[in-house]
Amino acid sequence: MTDLPRATDKKLGLVIDLDTCVGCHACVISCKEWNTGGYGAPLSDRDAYGAEPVGAFLNRVHTFEVTPEEGPAMNVHFPKSCLHCEDAPCVTVCPTGASFKRSADGIVLVDESICIGCGLCAWACPYGAREMDPSEHVMKKCTLCVDRIYNDNLAEEDRIPSCVRTCPAGARHFGDLGDPMSDISLLVAARDGMDLMPEQGTKPVNKYLPPRPKVGDEQVDLAAFCETPHAEPQGFFAWVDRMLEKV
Amino acid sequence: MHPATSIIVFTVCSGAGFGLLFALGLPALWGDAPSGALAWAGFILAFALSVGGLMSSTFHLGHPERAWRAFSQWRSSWLSREGVLAVVTLGLAGFYALACIIGLPGAAILGPLTAVMSLLTVYATSMIYAQLKTVDRWHTLLTPLCFLAFATASGEIIVGALRAAFADGPGIWPLTAALSIFIAWTLKQRAWRQGDARAVAPVSTTESATGLGFLGSVRLFEAPHTGPNYLLNEMGFTVARRHAEKLRFFAVLVGGFLPMILTLMASSGLAPTVTLVLGSVALLAGLFIERWLFFAEARHSVMAYYDRRTA
Amino acid sequence: MTAERPVDTAPYVSDEVRKTTCYMCACRCGIDVHLRDGKVRYIEGNRDHPVNRGVLCAKGSAGIMQQYSPARLRAPLRRVGPRGSGEFEEISWDEALAQAVEWLAPIRATDPKRLAFFTGRDQSQSFTGWWAQQFGTPNFAAHGGFCSVNMAAGGIYTMGGAFWEFGSPDWERTELFLLFGVAEDHDSNPIKIGLGRLKARGAKVIAINPVRTGYNAVADEWVGITPGTDGLFVLALVHELLRAGRVDLDYLLRYTNAGHLVIHNPGAADHGLIARDGDGEPLVWDRGTGRARQWKEISTGAALHGEVTLPDGRNARPAFEGLVARYMSAEYAPEAVAERCGVPAVTIRRIAGELAHAAFEKEIRLNQPWTDMRGERHEQMIGRPVSMHAMRGISAHANGFQTTRAIHLLQILLGSVEVPGGFRFKPPYPKPALAHPKPHTGAQPGQPLAGPQLGYPRGPEDLKLDADGRPERIDQAYSWDAPLSVHGLMHMVISNAAAGDPYEIDTLFLYMANMAWNSSMNTAQVMEMLTATREDGEYRIPHIIYSDAYSSEMVAFADLILPDTTYLERHDCISLLDRPICEPEAAADAIRWPVVTPDRDVRGFQSMLLDLGARLGMPGFVDDAGQPAYADYADYIARHERRPGVGPLAGWREGGDGRGAPNPKQIESYIANGGFWLAHVPQEAQYYKMANRAYQDWAVAMSFFDAPQPYTFDIYQETLRKFQLAAEGFGDRQPPDHLRATIAEAFDPLPVWYPTAKAEGSFPLHAITQRPAAMYHSWGSQNAWLRQLHGAVPLYVPEQVMADAGLREGDWAWVISPHGRIKVPVAMTRAANPMTLWTWNAIGKRKGAWALDEAAPEAQKSFLLNHLISELHPPKGDGLRWSNSDPVTGQAAWYDLRVRIERADAGPIEPRFDAQSSPVSPGKGDLNFGEEWTK
Ligand SMILES: Nc1nc2c(c(=O)[nH]1)N[C@H]1C(S)=C(S)[C@@H](COP(=O)(O)OP(=O)(O)OC[C@H]3O[C@@H](n4cnc5c(=O)[nH]c(N)nc54)[C@H](O)[C@@H]3O)O[C@H]1N2
Ligand SMILES: Nc1nc2c(c(=O)[nH]1)N[C@H]1C(S)=C(S)[C@@H](COP(=O)(O)OP(=O)(O)OC[C@H]3O[C@@H](n4cnc5c(=O)[nH]c(N)nc54)[C@H](O)[C@@H]3O)O[C@H]1N2
Ligand code: SF4
Ligand code: SF4
Ligand code: SF4
Ligand code: SF4
Ligand code: SF4
Ligand SMILES: [Mo]
Repeated sequence: MTDLPRATDKKLGLVIDLDTCVGCHACVISCKEWNTGGYGAPLSDRDAYGAEPVGAFLNRVHTFEVTPEEGPAMNVHFPKSCLHCEDAPCVTVCPTGASFKRSADGIVLVDESICIGCGLCAWACPYGAREMDPSEHVMKKCTLCVDRIYNDNLAEEDRIPSCVRTCPAGARHFGDLGDPMSDISLLVAARDGMDLMPEQGTKPVNKYLPPRPKVGDEQVDLAAFCETPHAEPQGFFAWVDRMLEKV
Repeated sequence: MHPATSIIVFTVCSGAGFGLLFALGLPALWGDAPSGALAWAGFILAFALSVGGLMSSTFHLGHPERAWRAFSQWRSSWLSREGVLAVVTLGLAGFYALACIIGLPGAAILGPLTAVMSLLTVYATSMIYAQLKTVDRWHTLLTPLCFLAFATASGEIIVGALRAAFADGPGIWPLTAALSIFIAWTLKQRAWRQGDARAVAPVSTTESATGLGFLGSVRLFEAPHTGPNYLLNEMGFTVARRHAEKLRFFAVLVGGFLPMILTLMASSGLAPTVTLVLGSVALLAGLFIERWLFFAEARHSVMAYYDRRTA
Repeated sequence: MTAERPVDTAPYVSDEVRKTTCYMCACRCGIDVHLRDGKVRYIEGNRDHPVNRGVLCAKGSAGIMQQYSPARLRAPLRRVGPRGSGEFEEISWDEALAQAVEWLAPIRATDPKRLAFFTGRDQSQSFTGWWAQQFGTPNFAAHGGFCSVNMAAGGIYTMGGAFWEFGSPDWERTELFLLFGVAEDHDSNPIKIGLGRLKARGAKVIAINPVRTGYNAVADEWVGITPGTDGLFVLALVHELLRAGRVDLDYLLRYTNAGHLVIHNPGAADHGLIARDGDGEPLVWDRGTGRARQWKEISTGAALHGEVTLPDGRNARPAFEGLVARYMSAEYAPEAVAERCGVPAVTIRRIAGELAHAAFEKEIRLNQPWTDMRGERHEQMIGRPVSMHAMRGISAHANGFQTTRAIHLLQILLGSVEVPGGFRFKPPYPKPALAHPKPHTGAQPGQPLAGPQLGYPRGPEDLKLDADGRPERIDQAYSWDAPLSVHGLMHMVISNAAAGDPYEIDTLFLYMANMAWNSSMNTAQVMEMLTATREDGEYRIPHIIYSDAYSSEMVAFADLILPDTTYLERHDCISLLDRPICEPEAAADAIRWPVVTPDRDVRGFQSMLLDLGARLGMPGFVDDAGQPAYADYADYIARHERRPGVGPLAGWREGGDGRGAPNPKQIESYIANGGFWLAHVPQEAQYYKMANRAYQDWAVAMSFFDAPQPYTFDIYQETLRKFQLAAEGFGDRQPPDHLRATIAEAFDPLPVWYPTAKAEGSFPLHAITQRPAAMYHSWGSQNAWLRQLHGAVPLYVPEQVMADAGLREGDWAWVISPHGRIKVPVAMTRAANPMTLWTWNAIGKRKGAWALDEAAPEAQKSFLLNHLISELHPPKGDGLRWSNSDPVTGQAAWYDLRVRIERADAGPIEPRFDAQSSPVSPGKGDLNFGEEWTK
């Protein structure tokens, strides 16, 4: 329903570790291949072999360049899919009720069979997490693999999102962010997980773990834990002899 | 935002149509409900503009055949409300039109009701945009104010023209139209100025969008795909600053100064039909430019993820 | 208000899951292919598979789009237009094979070396090599020579194992990981899994790379080194560790040749060789008894310095002494190298400190008893949790062999190879150079070759030169130009064959290598070479046979196309005899099998090759009655024996794993087991494999070798010294004079650094490529999903270089090298070495190839850096051909490219080539893959 549930029993979502993501796009394609034959219409690709291929994807990986005040610039790979917001504006703007948030687990979905393809929900989403399918003209978005996570046609261990299952670096985590004691809630707490665009007031369920501080030159000094450095081979060999007496 | 023609036509025409219904309905309050040729012409034009606008908006839909479903979510969705209000208003206006043309009773109640509902419909249209926190330029009280002002101005100038052509003369309408046009463009100036200020300091930045601002300044290095995508096609539209300035100037010239001069000419009795028809056309033309800019200049927060700024 | 919409949370997934091996790249992950209505519904990683443990990369998931690619070749093709045009007619397999026999049979009967058979990205080299050997041609190799032979040769000559995919860090125990010059690696998924583990464990990752993307972006520290200078950087770390006395002497004495005595006899033919006893075993000096002993007799008792007199009166010094003297010299001090490396001295010093800290202060002791090769029992396994990995950023330079050795030296000095927390070998490695075969040539009409073409020379005597000193191989491998070209020199074949140097060939037979495009340097001229004609109008390379599965650029240049199946449609064998898929803890091999039936007239290459071999009557390919010995590749995989009891697959042999008679049901067992076989290395054998009795015995049982072969790491490399002695004028095999100085410098028995491709004034910048994680060389662009990720890529230019050249994002620029110029779009980067330009590899495509629209961005907006790189250096005026490669191995030096950049008018890309006509119908319109299942 277009009204948001006042509260959801669970807050299922993803936690994405920006300190670990190597930007490999595995999650992008895995998402595409699972979903193109799954929930709703296929994720089509217009002009697939032509001059301007445009396909629908539910998950995309950006790379950002961050330039600190001091030290070299760094690149951060940044996967982005629907954040399954608690205050999801994409749901409330929907005129048809196609866009809804489940009260059981908080997953935000589109029922494509009643979607009129007005695109307003995509405008309402601050994150660009919704894409109109170029061929079916209905709104596509991350389903949090709702057709996997409860799917008893899959082995139990596979009842996780396709993108999480495939991520080679283990940078994607799935779980209940409403349960403060769940593994991923603890991970978020330990790593200062953050919201994207908190100023939009969407209260995203998905969290991002920031890159950990990168090391500079202030660290370990070799001299601090060895004898006086040897300037010459003779000094070194004298040390060798002392050491060899011990072996 | 991509300035889709269907949406521009929709907002301008339905604004004018409901504005006209407003201007046809309100006078019933003081017993001046339209009748005869004026009623025929007025209501036909009002319905043509509002229904035409609404039809145009369905071109924008992926599944127009399901458009009826859009009436269901009026409790939460402005788009749904707009649809419901439009239909209710058009229904009321229909009865009102019948009352005016056939001379049924109730015009005195139906007229003002139509006028209020028309304004509410325009308000709902405006709120489709104004509600979006994602678009700084739209998320402001000035959006409904401008929509309402432009709609009423359109209605007033058109009704003046119609009255000049089909009734006993434009009456006070050229003057009120001039005033409305003035107010509308003044509001628009403020909206532009506010929007320009927000464009410099957007609510959402690449830093807040990525959460990486604490590390330094952030820019897009590589887009997720090297090809285009729906988001960029839909929300990635940009218009050069200088080009926008020029268009704003033309919008004000064509949609502001010109109709104001023409309405003033009309109110001083100078060929009112001609000047008011010309004025109406100019206003609508100006509004097409204004509406194109309304979309083209609007920056969606998602563009924070696509900002390649090199400075 | 409507109610919450109903959702089917448990839809039907697939009719069947078939487990096979991915081949969207050479990593060879296990995949679960979900099939529905006979079509591929979904591909996911096989959770049990040792390589990927369930994960899958973008390419692997995009396998669906490869399987249904419009670029798939459909039937055998015979060229009808001129070479390069892409005009073909479809023919039957009988016609195609008859044509091949018509060309090949006379060659085999008269002069087998007139066939050059080169197999690119081959995963069946033990089979294709055997085919070539039975044919009798010495001219066989795969892609290693232009890929990463420096890595393999540097590793195997130093420590009997290599980075590449022959080893891996001990991900679960390492505390500090150094990654040199890697963007993606062949071990794509294992490295990503490993980095993820390090991140989860909080271990530190230091990335040494001019570019900070991908793995290098997540590293905890980034060293934005200047290309080609890693050797200097590493040897400065060695310098610091020696100064601080932070090396593992115990380890050096036990497991390396640090104590081996090196003859000190300046000016004589034996100066620098290892002193040996009567059995040819190296000698060490027993500090206790004061006499020379065989290396195996003592371990920690050997001397590490001091000149001694051998029983035969010659003087000798432990190898370590020379090593210390060299690297403690001021020339390797951090200050001395900092500027050239682009790395501040303080950073070098600190990293040395961190290495020492991790290795010695975080020492690991596993309570796992084991026995070493000398029979000594150890109660514990001592770990030095420092590990390293390197790939083409190191090897694709002309000093890459020695830089690789320098990195191994650093690891070995820290005692961190084959120990807990360190770098570990994957079976069948470790395997020292001496345990590898030597190279074989010596073609005889109608006869097989006596042994494999590729091997590891021990000295100048193993070079493959004829009586006149001319190279015996068409690629000139194992000549003085590239003495240790242990993977052959595929990148030289076309230019040598076109030049008829050292001789003319008749047929060039290529498999799975896009030699007319991205895998060649100097692409434009290579296309000319492929089409060059003699005076009589015949092509200089008379016949070109090519097997590809897709409509690549190379297809257009062949006379006969033998279309392969896709990887999901054929049998394949990932064999221990080849480049295996083992992990340090386990030996493993795997198969592919047809999980989808081809819908075209195509044949698996290996099955086709068996047929061709039989038609040519080659020994091994026909039985005594002259009938084909194998029905197809599957039959070969199950029944072929290379040595008695040893075949392509080690699992489920008759009588057990590793060794045993062929088992006709072997492939079925593999299929039942998920497509692979795995045997765990016993606990006691997990580390110190080169010196671990339990491991050596297990390896023999598993058939990796026939007798235990413990050895020491050669930090001092005697084979190199032998070549150096030749360069100094000793011995009867002498290098040509113009190569003496180069060989003397590059064949240093101790790791050494020398500059490559110097910055000649007008070409101050470096230009390199990186592999995009989601694209595999040229063959990803036909993939509807992957091409949306990387369809058009710019050249990334550091901010200051942009400013200096007056460039802005989106501009176009000329990039100019001594060899040529290209026009490309540019974009700005700040996270790169300030002198280094870079781009993603192999995105540019020739118009008409890959079943793409001619207006595709790959053909219009994307480019190859290859046009700027030549396989030869510009002429130096001495009339000689100077090859752009490592003088030791002949490895193509892709990353020695120097350029300058200038603003250009807007595009399009230059150079541009005529479109090739497509032998398949180009892909058209929209894709709605999976539509039938979403209804
Ligand atoms: N500038 C620059 N150039 C480089 C490099 C670089 O770093 N920079 N790297 C170099 C290196 S290391 C390498 S290894 C080469 C790689 O370059 P190539 O060896 O040319 O590799 P690919 O482009 O992947 O394609 C080889 C061919 O195999 C075909 N193929 C794919 N699958 C099959 C199959 O199942 N059967 C058959 N028969 N054919 C198939 C493809 O269609 C393609 O034509 O590029 C080299 N070129
Ligand atoms: N996704 C994907 N995976 C692949 C391939 C592919 O095409 N796509 N190709 C496969 C093949 S054939 C190969 S050979 C491997 C190669 O795997 P990699 O070795 O990862 O190959 P490159 O992408 O060439 O990466 C070379 C890296 O070295 C850096 N570099 C260049 N010069 C220097 C230098 O002087 N010093 C240092 N420290 N770094 C330097 C470059 O910036 C780049 O990051 O990958 C294999 N895996
Ligand atoms: S699969 Fe994992 S590592 Fe790769 S881009 Fe996605 S989140 Fe990042
Ligand atoms: S991320 Fe966007 S689409 Fe997803 S719930 Fe939030 S607002 Fe809606
Ligand atoms: S596009 Fe579909 S889901 Fe989105 S708001 Fe419109 S009807 Fe709702
Ligand atoms: S959870 Fe499923 S739908 Fe969402 S991004 Fe991951 S794979 Fe795609
Ligand atoms: S790394 Fe990717 S493409 Fe390569 S074999 Fe593994 S899954 Fe396939
Ligand atoms: Mo390679």
